[in-house]
Amino acid sequence: MNSLLRTTTLAAAALACAVPALAGTLTIESWRTDDKTLWDTVLLPAFTKTHPGITVKFVATAPPEYNSVVAARLASGSAGDLVTCRPFDVSLDLYKKGHLEKLNGNPALNNFPDSAKVAWQSDDGKDTYCVPMASVIHGFFYNKKIFGELGLKPPATEADLFALLDKVKASGKYVPMALGTADQWDTSQVVFTGIGPNYWRGEEGRKALISGKAKFTDPQFLGVWQTMAKFPPYLSKGYQAQTYGDSQTLFASGKAAVFPAGSWDIQFFQKETGLDFGAFPPPVRKAGDPCYISDHTDIGMGINTASKNKADAKVFLDWIASKEFADLYTNKVTGFFSLSKFGIQVQNPVAQQMVGWRTQCKSTIRLNAQIMSRGEPSMENELWNVNSQVLNGKMTPQQAAERIQGGFDKWYHPSGAN
Amino acid sequence: MTTPARIGAIGRTALVHLTLGGYCLLVLGPILLVILNSFKTRAGIFDAPLALPTHDTLSVAGYARVLGDAAMGRMFLNSFVVTGLSLALILLLGAMAAWALTEYRFFGNRLLALFLAFGIMVPIRLGSVAILQEMVALDLVNTLTALVLVYIAQGLPLAVMILSEFVAQVPQELKDAARCDGVGEFRIFFQVVLPLIRPAVATVAVFTMVPIWNDLWFPLILAPSEQTQTVTLGVQQFVGQFATDWNAVLAALSLAVLPILVLYAVFSRQLIRGITAGAVK
Amino acid sequence: MKQKAGWPAIVFLAPALIVYTAFSAWPLLATLRLGLYATDDAGHVAFAGLANFHKLLFDEHWWGAFRNAMVNNVEFFAIHTLVQNPVALLLAALLSLRGVRGAPAYRTVLFLPTLLSVVIIGFAWQLILSPLWGVTEKLMGLVGLADHFGPWLGQEDTALPTIALISVWQFVGVPLMLIYAALIAIPEEVVEAAQVEGAGPWRIFWRIRLPLILPTLGLVNILTFVGNFNAFDLVYAVKGALAGPNFASDLLGTLFYRTFFGYQSEVGSATMGAALATLMFFVILAGVGLYFFVIQRRLQRVAG
Repeated sequence: MNSLLRTTTLAAAALACAVPALAGTLTIESWRTDDKTLWDTVLLPAFTKTHPGITVKFVATAPPEYNSVVAARLASGSAGDLVTCRPFDVSLDLYKKGHLEKLNGNPALNNFPDSAKVAWQSDDGKDTYCVPMASVIHGFFYNKKIFGELGLKPPATEADLFALLDKVKASGKYVPMALGTADQWDTSQVVFTGIGPNYWRGEEGRKALISGKAKFTDPQFLGVWQTMAKFPPYLSKGYQAQTYGDSQTLFASGKAAVFPAGSWDIQFFQKETGLDFGAFPPPVRKAGDPCYISDHTDIGMGINTASKNKADAKVFLDWIASKEFADLYTNKVTGFFSLSKFGIQVQNPVAQQMVGWRTQCKSTIRLNAQIMSRGEPSMENELWNVNSQVLNGKMTPQQAAERIQGGFDKWYHPSGAN
Repeated sequence: MTTPARIGAIGRTALVHLTLGGYCLLVLGPILLVILNSFKTRAGIFDAPLALPTHDTLSVAGYARVLGDAAMGRMFLNSFVVTGLSLALILLLGAMAAWALTEYRFFGNRLLALFLAFGIMVPIRLGSVAILQEMVALDLVNTLTALVLVYIAQGLPLAVMILSEFVAQVPQELKDAARCDGVGEFRIFFQVVLPLIRPAVATVAVFTMVPIWNDLWFPLILAPSEQTQTVTLGVQQFVGQFATDWNAVLAALSLAVLPILVLYAVFSRQLIRGITAGAVK
Repeated sequence: MKQKAGWPAIVFLAPALIVYTAFSAWPLLATLRLGLYATDDAGHVAFAGLANFHKLLFDEHWWGAFRNAMVNNVEFFAIHTLVQNPVALLLAALLSLRGVRGAPAYRTVLFLPTLLSVVIIGFAWQLILSPLWGVTEKLMGLVGLADHFGPWLGQEDTALPTIALISVWQFVGVPLMLIYAALIAIPEEVVEAAQVEGAGPWRIFWRIRLPLILPTLGLVNILTFVGNFNAFDLVYAVKGALAGPNFASDLLGTLFYRTFFGYQSEVGSATMGAALATLMFFVILAGVGLYFFVIQRRLQRVAG
């Protein structure tokens, strides 16, 4: 409540100082084309209600083109006032090139834990350039009807998972797991970084890689690929040409039992088909092991240094950091969880289930998000590649581990303490 | 005609139509699939893609969404204006340049032709950031003018190259006669040469307009505002981060093909008319 | 005989040159110039001479990617030359025969794929070839070939040929139009003279019509070459900028896009991208130059 008061005071002060001649218009650049309607009909009207005099426009660019287009627009000075920030290096690069305003000292940032802010800070942690908005959580969705029919329950351990996959396969009626390798990113960003944290113990493993104390060829990483190599028998025939859209449709049409998913998918499955589905976290290796989930800082917002209306932009950012926005965003853009410290009541049942995992399991971000994808070869692209190849049976887990570590060693020299 | 020759002739005609018709099936198949599926629900699309829309799966939701979107009309208009204007100017400026390069003798003639030809070999996308900076400097961002200028620059090299070939074939006697009669250079170009190269102009028109109409990249970086969006760019709205609104995408794209189909029909008739007229002469 | 140039020549030439130079040539040169610079981590750009080119050609990672893309592009071009152009020639020849009924209709239909946006084409063919939705498998089953079906777009050895064939499907209309225009421009008298002498349609085609359109065929080849080596849109629409599986469908165009604009977490490098673009330009230039001086000359001699 203190922060709300502070936010409102700041907003009022900002409004009072706002240059009237600028007529208060703001443009937001974003890749969330899915959310445009939500922004136009729910989120922005909520903002305008409490901040009359500032008109905001939400401009969405299709996700595959967003990074390149925004970079081009920023470089030439035609970008909007507010920029939706991708986590880590993409935005860090924009900051280093001088396109994003420093937000240091902005009290609104105190609404967020350090683990959230790190995605939008310089390496030394001193400068912050975007306000965190939301994270996404990875897990598995399952078809409740199929489970009921075959007498299955959500698995607790990996052995349970494979047992239930076997049962589904034996029934011959459904595809055990809806997963394909054509789009590549899902094999890495959903599967690998989803089941992996249980192996490398979340932050512990990730930090060990950065400090150089661990290598990808160590058992806690190698094991992930070894498990992934066991998946192919449970995938549909011809999964090598199965896209993410295909996998979604397969699960949505009730033909598949399990779907490796991110929380962003909740909207899709509920909106489109009325499918009865639930979620379970990535199963642990042995009963009783502590569990870890991938809780990835996915989206933030920053100010374009070339903006002609920075005053209003700052007001908007403060609103982004407010509880009102956190509540609205979490509950309207289902599957995106506010990164703020406010305790938000999540209304959607499946989303509630997923966010509940935060209390039982330890959170970590996607393995290679920080620092590791910076060099040549880019580890992100390499991971997409090897994860797809392992699932395609074209690369052994050992080869995958060696390739990633080899690529990493080519440019990375651990400097010791973070 | 003797009977064997007749049979031979019929057989040949049958073969011709079989081949052409067969390939047409190959062409129409996927297109019909798209159009068919633009009338189905998403579940209908993926459950049974080959099936005709049934009572359950028939859905004009895609079309409703697209046509109901007030912006769509403006987007079509924008596409029309940009494509039409760019095309007209590419053809005019291209023909003029082709004429200048083939007809007149001057220092650097060859070099200029080569300079223009380079434009064919390098994709203009390369210069995107520099182009965008220029547009910002000229205050042309988010205008259709910016698009037209870039498309002209993009289309000129190929236009000049092809038109040069045809301009070079204009009979010397015609030009000489006109000059003897004291006709000025401009009149010679517009009244004598241009009509003769109509088929070439139509050819260039036909395959210059398609990349412009279907282009996503330049509208995206030069003119993405709602006022100036083209159809191709607008359709990208329906491409979500994870779940594409396929009904709407298919409907919008099916609709987007119609204008260009009409333009094509018009131009190809011009092309053929021009050629056959020339041949008979 | 060429006319002496006066001010009319300038008026004819100037507008085109101005627009082209301002919005195509200059931006391209400005970008290519970047190839001589290098970006360091802080985003500062400094002159680096040929360092980028050295990296492209000698660094294991870059050279591997470049060579892979080059090889793929050559394969892509080979498929177009062996499939697209002969098919176009055949169709154009048939279409240009006298008295073919419905020629305008055929012309329109055959050109349709070229009019389509790459998004439609990508969607349609991915749906048709998808193993999940069974369209192709079912059709192949009708002729008993169901066993030979595979997830071609997802397999390393078949992904590129499949995409190349889709591209052929898309672009057959262009050489078709060009060759058709050239064929019907052949004066009737020439053909009639041969017919009077008793030549059958085959001989007329091979001995008379084909030689007369050789320059057009040459043009078609060059356009195919340039178009293929700049190809990007279809692979981007079907496979994304990462051109999987395992870069099997990576072309120079997609490699350039990733390098220049970045991809996902990989930040783009305008300087490396520019160097790559310069190399691509030289490759195309070499190909076109070679073609012109070796083959086109000979073709023109034969035709003339």
